[in-house]
Amino acid sequence: MVASGQLQPEVIQRYHEVIESLGPEVLKQMLQDMHTIRAFEERAEQLYSLGKVHGTMHLSIGQEATAVGASGALRDGDYLLNHHRGHGHCLSWGSTPERMMAEFLGREAGYCRGRGGSMHIADMESNNLGANGIVAGGVPLAVGVGLSIKMRKTDQVCIVIFGDGASNEGAFHESMNMASIWNLPVIYLCENNQYAMSMPFPKAFNIKHVSERAPGYGIPGVTVDGNDPLDVYLAISDAAARARRGEGPSLVESVTYRYKGHSKSDRQAYRSRDEVAEWMEQRDPIKRFSSLLVAGGILDQAGADGMRETAMGIIDRAVEFSEASPMPDVSTILEGVYA
Amino acid sequence: MRELTYAEALREGLRQAMTADSRVFMIGEDIGVYGGAFGVSAGLLQEFGAERIIDTPISEATIAGACIGAALTGMRPVGEIQFMDFVTLTMEQMVLQAAKVRFMFGGKASVPMVLRMPGGSGTGAAAQHSESLENWFVHVPGLKVVMPSNAYEAKGLLLAAIDDDNPVIFIEHKLLYKTKGDVPEEPYRIPLGQTRVAREGQHVTVVATSVMVSRALAAAEELAKEGIELEVVDPRTLSPLDDAPIIASVKKTGRALVVHEAVQMGGFGGEIVARIASSEAFDYLEAPVRRLAGLDIPIPYNRELEYHAVPQVESIVREARKLARGEY
Ligand SMILES: Cc1ncc(C[n+]2csc(CCOP(=O)(O)OP(=O)(O)O)c2C)c(N)n1
Ligand SMILES: [Mg+2]
Repeated sequence: MVASGQLQPEVIQRYHEVIESLGPEVLKQMLQDMHTIRAFEERAEQLYSLGKVHGTMHLSIGQEATAVGASGALRDGDYLLNHHRGHGHCLSWGSTPERMMAEFLGREAGYCRGRGGSMHIADMESNNLGANGIVAGGVPLAVGVGLSIKMRKTDQVCIVIFGDGASNEGAFHESMNMASIWNLPVIYLCENNQYAMSMPFPKAFNIKHVSERAPGYGIPGVTVDGNDPLDVYLAISDAAARARRGEGPSLVESVTYRYKGHSKSDRQAYRSRDEVAEWMEQRDPIKRFSSLLVAGGILDQAGADGMRETAMGIIDRAVEFSEASPMPDVSTILEGVYA
Repeated sequence: MRELTYAEALREGLRQAMTADSRVFMIGEDIGVYGGAFGVSAGLLQEFGAERIIDTPISEATIAGACIGAALTGMRPVGEIQFMDFVTLTMEQMVLQAAKVRFMFGGKASVPMVLRMPGGSGTGAAAQHSESLENWFVHVPGLKVVMPSNAYEAKGLLLAAIDDDNPVIFIEHKLLYKTKGDVPEEPYRIPLGQTRVAREGQHVTVVATSVMVSRALAAAEELAKEGIELEVVDPRTLSPLDDAPIIASVKKTGRALVVHEAVQMGGFGGEIVARIASSEAFDYLEAPVRRLAGLDIPIPYNRELEYHAVPQVESIVREARKLARGEY
């Protein structure tokens, strides 16, 4: 929203209102959380290079604003269905960097007792129903979560997060249709980061925006600037309010960009360095939100600079905690398959 | 002879098949510029163009369906499923369409397609990227199931699979892609449905598939130092299964161990044990027929747990030694 050209006066008005209503402390915390997510992922990548993290991981560096804006618009008790590029969503949902990092390092103290790793972080205590290794794997589950909320007659909502690529799986279409016909309290959040692995958006879609698919299922669809936490916050707030009023699901597409390769084995031959540099320099969510808060007098430059340090300190402690905690015992290998 | 990696051998097979026959094409996710998640198709886009190296959106069911439709109408597609785990999204198409149309149509149609996919654990990719699901397909009449165990086998079996007029599930192994072996430059074919004896020995028959063949061969080296000679048998094609060499081997050794990575419950090992038990080899058995398979759990992320979830050289040595010494 901040970056897009033609702004309607009422949009500007809402933007001012949201800044007013959130207040300086929340806004500063949003920025701090974005820093923490980035520091977490940078450190995870470093630990991977040192051979301390096994397997692979999908970094969301560059996409922090979507995570922070989306979680910020929801309440305790709401449900999260996450996807493979989901570290930021976990952290902004309230998962601790300690137990997340412990999971990366395969420790018993990790969220999944070292059994799941980066791609499967779940935290049932906070209704975080897990990241998913299967593209669109969580999208049909949203129908069940929505049904359950409706049957239990609570005012919870379920947000299900997935990528642009996931919206080409059949599961996405079946799920949206069912949620729509049954008016389920589900928010479909598509993080359109321009690529599905090596597949550029325009080669996989004959439409400009994933949100254009929403009318086909009879639900509202909007596209927002995914690198602006407030734009995401506003759209998710609207979708949540609609869901809580019993009016059914919405599709929100957040336009963003991943800076790093798809996973740890990506040479990125499908995109140019210039393209990546342009997003990093012109549209970085942290830089932009930071300048906004400084320009608005909510934060001074020293405060803005200190946030990165604070984030690094948080992550240092998470790594210390993880490295000091024990590995699972091999004698427990058969545990946990059945209830 | 010239050495190639398993991935290079597959690529050479694909290149030769596509050069020889314009009906052959590839379709899958990230197989073009990216070269496939494990690099098997690297460079083929530049050689054959985007019309024959077709990148798809993430839509596995339709990748399989597109192969079936094209195969029914005169083409010979090779589909790629990025990880074997995601073949679960193609099950209806492969099991209810590909496997059955020929029979249902009274033998008047054929589905000459290959669906390639990497299976197995050992890369830290956890439970949704480490599956070994071969036996699901073995259970479906109409499908052929192939599991090459080294670079030489990979090229020869792939060329035979592409020539075959039936749908073939072609299961590669992630840990084998970088392993090297002698591979002839010219195209050659290893007929589907022929079991091979990978190493001769007189004490214990070890029937192993995919990456377990090299582990069984390493175990055989170890045990040879103790005077225990393993005969390692590689079915190569799980369906149709050529059981004669397995039965002949067990008649010779009187002892059999079946090793696979997939979980034991309902696994391919059960079929092999049943074939041995119901054959003339039964009368020659000097010990119970044993299985060594993946534990009945999803693959864990933690490195050490992952290692212990599936058979390793040490566990094959241990089990085969017990059988040879009568200590079971
Ligand atoms: C069913 C399935 N197919 C393929 C994959 C391999 N894969 C993992 S992530 C990914 C790209 C996903 O793209 P998108 O949905 O846009 O999310 P992004 O990675 O861009 O965040 C692919 C092809 C998978 N994990 N699951
Ligand atoms: Mg994407």
